Amino acid sequence: MTARLGCALLVVVLAGCATTDRVILLPDDISGKVGKIDVVGRDGGEVLLDSAYGEARTGGGKVQGDTLDTESLRKEFGKELANLPERPKSFLLYCENGSDQLTPESRDQLPAILDEVTRRPAPEVVVIGHTDRVGSVEYNDKLSLARAQAVRDQLIKLGFDQARIVVAGRGEREPLVPTDDEVPEPRNRRVEIEVR
Amino acid sequence: MNQRTRPRYRVFQWLLLGVAFAAFSAAADPEVAGIIKSVEGSVTITRADAALPAQVGMPVYQADRVVTGADGSAGITFEDNSLLSLGPSTNLNIDRFAFDTTTYDGAFEITLGKGKLAVISGKIAKHQQDAMKVRTPASILGVRGTEFVVEVGGAK
Repeated sequence: MTARLGCALLVVVLAGCATTDRVILLPDDISGKVGKIDVVGRDGGEVLLDSAYGEARTGGGKVQGDTLDTESLRKEFGKELANLPERPKSFLLYCENGSDQLTPESRDQLPAILDEVTRRPAPEVVVIGHTDRVGSVEYNDKLSLARAQAVRDQLIKLGFDQARIVVAGRGEREPLVPTDDEVPEPRNRRVEIEVR
Repeated sequence: MNQRTRPRYRVFQWLLLGVAFAAFSAAADPEVAGIIKSVEGSVTITRADAALPAQVGMPVYQADRVVTGADGSAGITFEDNSLLSLGPSTNLNIDRFAFDTTTYDGAFEITLGKGKLAVISGKIAKHQQDAMKVRTPASILGVRGTEFVVEVGGAK
């Protein structure tokens, strides 16, 4: 009985040692850019992955750096990569100066955007308002949110489920075209519609 | 008589307070972390000791565990645009998810206990270094972007 238990324990310990956790860094499939991952072993060791197909294997008290060939990647992770949800897509609409109203050209684009939204499974929409740098930060936070809410109302009017729309105002924090403060810039008076 | 009942009454008061607090906590609307976008085979969400079969459109929250069967896979999008794909025989715990849509501050921490995972990180990892972490039994990954795969319990 004790021998059998000891045997079972040994198998468990061996199995614990034999498994290795792996991580492989990939180039972004659209931009080709490569990010960075800092891999720290719980029992010591550290590897920084910063090149395409760089691999880190962690187990048995160390972290080892390596590179995985694309053929093995496809064989071992092809299904998981293919099953990634569709990338979020964003659309830009522009607003009139100091107002939450869309320009007429932007308003005409809404139905086409809605088509793209409803094509996706369990679609979600995030509407993010932005402003140029005319006015205070507080004023622009409010204006950007009002812009996002106005677009949300339009989408709901066109038949989109309001429970799946989130609005946010980014104020003047994220200009498309950087300017000095108090400079009017029509390209920054915009609403981003993000579809997931 | 009076002196004997008083402590009991006090215990009752504390109990009542506890019940009220629990009810309040349950009523507070938890923040949705993500939405299930694809399900294949058997996929279960474990939330507060209840096991729910996963369905497309179902929200996931911080502290949820997602488990796929030998024939299972699942795709999830998160509020910060992170994308996750779970392979078969996989279990994943959403340890922490917080995201501020105005400042993009937040934290995204998950634990892959077993199986395979493909990830495209989102706004949290892009905005703030060390805000996204993936834990495995042997390692902790500090993610600064963007696309990667992880495997736990492979044959190698």
